[in-house]
Amino acid sequence: MGAMNTALKNPIDVGLFATCLVDLMRPSVGFAAARLLERAGCTLHVPEAQTCCGQPAYNSGDNTDARNLAVNVIAAFEGFDYVVAPSGSCAAMIRHHYPALFEGDATMTARCQSLSNKTHELLSFLTDIMGVTEFEAEFEATATYHDSCSGLREMGIREQPRALMAAVKGLELRESGEAQSCCGFGGLFSVKYPEVSGRIVDAKSDAIEATGAETLLGGDLGCLMNMSGRLRARGSAIKTRHLAEVLAGTAPETPAIGEEGDKD
Amino acid sequence: MRSTTRNFVDNAARGLADDKLQAALGRLSQGFPVKRLETISRLPEFEQLRDDAIAIKRHTLENLDSYLERYEENAKVSGAHVHWARDGDDAREIILGICRDAGAKTVTKGKSMVSEEIGINEFLADNGVEPIETDLGEYIIQLRDEPPSHIIAPAIHLSGAQVADTFKESHDELDADRDLSEPRTLLEEARAILRKKFLAADVGITGANMLIAETGTSVIVTNEGNGDLTQTLPKTHIVIASIEKVVPTLEDAATILRILARSATGQDITVYTTYSTGPKRADDLDGPENYHVVILDNGRSSLLGGEFEDMLRCIKCAACLNHCPVYKAIGGHAYGWVYSGPMGAVLAPALLGLGETHHLPSASSLCGRCQDVCPMRIPLPRLLRQWRRRWFETGGEDTKTRLGLAAWAFLAKRPALYRPLMAIGTSVLKLCGGGGRRFPILPRPEGGSFVDQWKRGKR
Ligand code: SF4
Repeated sequence: MGAMNTALKNPIDVGLFATCLVDLMRPSVGFAAARLLERAGCTLHVPEAQTCCGQPAYNSGDNTDARNLAVNVIAAFEGFDYVVAPSGSCAAMIRHHYPALFEGDATMTARCQSLSNKTHELLSFLTDIMGVTEFEAEFEATATYHDSCSGLREMGIREQPRALMAAVKGLELRESGEAQSCCGFGGLFSVKYPEVSGRIVDAKSDAIEATGAETLLGGDLGCLMNMSGRLRARGSAIKTRHLAEVLAGTAPETPAIGEEGDKD
Repeated sequence: MRSTTRNFVDNAARGLADDKLQAALGRLSQGFPVKRLETISRLPEFEQLRDDAIAIKRHTLENLDSYLERYEENAKVSGAHVHWARDGDDAREIILGICRDAGAKTVTKGKSMVSEEIGINEFLADNGVEPIETDLGEYIIQLRDEPPSHIIAPAIHLSGAQVADTFKESHDELDADRDLSEPRTLLEEARAILRKKFLAADVGITGANMLIAETGTSVIVTNEGNGDLTQTLPKTHIVIASIEKVVPTLEDAATILRILARSATGQDITVYTTYSTGPKRADDLDGPENYHVVILDNGRSSLLGGEFEDMLRCIKCAACLNHCPVYKAIGGHAYGWVYSGPMGAVLAPALLGLGETHHLPSASSLCGRCQDVCPMRIPLPRLLRQWRRRWFETGGEDTKTRLGLAAWAFLAKRPALYRPLMAIGTSVLKLCGGGGRRFPILPRPEGGSFVDQWKRGKR
C-alpha cells in the first residue's frame, strides 16, 4: 500500500457510519469500506445504534425528526477519533447541517461541532487524513466517474477519488464532460417529481454512455442506484459500482448494482 | 402577472413533453454556461470581485432605508419625481396616473422583470394605453401573448422558425413570402417596425439594474440599445425598480457591472450600459422632459433581517437558471410566474406565498450548482430548504409524505425495531428483483444488513 500519514495517533479509532442505503441495499460497500479503513491502519468500530443521518427528514423540512435522528448519530459516534461514511452527502449532512439543526442550544451545538470536525467521507479521509496514495488494486475496465453533488460542492471531493483510481492497475478513466452534473436523485425529490428527476438522469445517462466506458464509478450509493436504475432501464450494459469496491478488490466477487448474482 | 405556479406538476409535464422547448433548452446549456466559463477564466480577480460585490450588497441591505432616502434626495436634485409603491396595485396606479398626465396613447418598454411582476402591460392595455415591448425577446413574447420563460432571455424557449412564423402572422402588412430564416433578418424586421413605435410613444418605461444613491442615477444594461431609445425619445420616462436595486456609489455599481454580464451571458460587458439621471437639462441634446422613478417594495422589505435576506442580494443575472438541472429539464414556463429557476423558487414564495408556490422549493435536487455559480453566492439550497421547513411546519406537506416520513423516522430512532423490519422490507424487494420498471431507482438489494452481518462477525 502507498505512503501513509505516520503523524497520527495510534491506534486511530474510526466509527464507520455505513449509511442507511449501504446498510440495507448494498452491504458489500460497507465491507469494502471497512477493508480499506483497516488496511489504512484504522481500528474500526461499527456502532449498532446507527440507522440514518436524517437527510430525508431534513430535506423535507421536517427538522424535528431530523434533530431526533441527529441525536442518535451524535450519541453513537462522538466517542471516536473520526467518523467516516462511504457517502459525501451523509458526511456533509453531519459535518455541515447538524450544527444548524441545533441553533440556540449551546450544549448540542458544541457536540455537533466536535462531531462535525471529525466527520469525513471515505475516499477523501483515506487520502487527506490517512495519507494513502494507493491500495495495490487491480480492475481491468474502462470507467467513468460521477462526482456526487454534496461530495463535490460541500466536501470538496474531486481529486481524491481520481488519485486513488489512477493507481488502480488496469483501470482506464474516461472522463465525462458532465461528471459534475447532478444525476437528478436528490432523495425524496426523485419520488415526488419522478418525471423531472427522470429527465435529469436521462441526460446524465446520455453523457455517461457517450464516454464509451464499461463501468460507472462513484462515491455515493444514492446517486449510483439512481443512475444504474436508469441505465439498466435503457438497456445499457454499463455496470455501476461504488469506487470502494474496486479499491478493496471486492468487485470481482460482487455483482454490480442491480445485477443478479447469487452469493448467498 | 397571474401565477399558475399551483399547477407546477402539470406545467412541468407540459415542458417535458414539448420537443421544441427541449431543443431550445439544449441550446441554452451549450450557450451561456460555456461562455461564462470562458470569460471568468480570463479574469483572475473574478472571485475577489464577487466578494467585493457581496460586501457592497450586504452593507447596502443593512442600511437600506438610508440609501434609498439618499437616492431619493439626489434623484430629486436632478429633477426626478420619486414615487414609493408598497405593492403592485400601488405601482400600477402610479404608472397609469403618470401616463394619463402625459396624455399617453402608447408606451414603449425596455425589458423589466419588475414590470412583469406587477403585470403592467395588461393593466395599461385595459385602461386604454397601448404598451409596446422593445426588447426583441420581450417583443416576440408580447406578440405571442406568452410570459417570459427566462429572466434575461425571455423568448429562449422559441426556435428561430417559431419566431419567423409569429412575425409572418403579426406583421401581415409585409410580403408573406419574405425570407426570415436568418436571425439577422428577424432582428431587422423588428427594428424597422419598432422604430416607428419609438418615435410615436408618449411614455417610455424601463426597469433598472441598479439605482445609485450618491448620484440619483438609474442604470440599465442591454444588448440591443432599445433601452436607450425607450428612455430618451418619449417626453416622459418612467423607471420602475424594486427596493433592493439601490447601491451606494458609482464605484459600487462598476464593481457589480463587472460580474453581472460575465455571470449572465458570458460577455465581459453588455453592449450598452446606460446611466440616466433626471430629465433633460437645458443644454442636453436629448432626453425626456419628465423623469419618474417608481420604487416598488411588494413584500421585499419583509425579508430584511430575516432568514431570506440573502435573496435580496440577487442581481438577476440568471446564472442559477442557466446551470440548474431542473430548469434545463422543464423550462421557465413551468414555474408559472415571472421568476424561474432557483432564484424564482426562492423569490416566488416570498412574493406570492407558499400556498401558491410550495412546489417550487420542493422541486429541486439541491445539487448546489446554483450557489456555486451565483455571483452573489446566495445560499440558494439553504433558502430552498428553509421554505420546505416552513411548509412542513405549517402543515402544508401532503399527507402521504408526512405519514411516510413519520413512520420512517419513528423506526429510524429505534434501531432494535428498525433493522428487523427493514430486513423484511429488503427481503421482499429482493424477491421482487428490485423496484422494476416502475421504480428503477430501487435496485435488487444484495440481501441482509451490513450492520447485522458485521455484528455476527462477517468480514
Ligand atoms: S440568485 Fe444569483 S445566480 Fe440567480 S439570478 Fe440572482 S444573482 Fe444571479
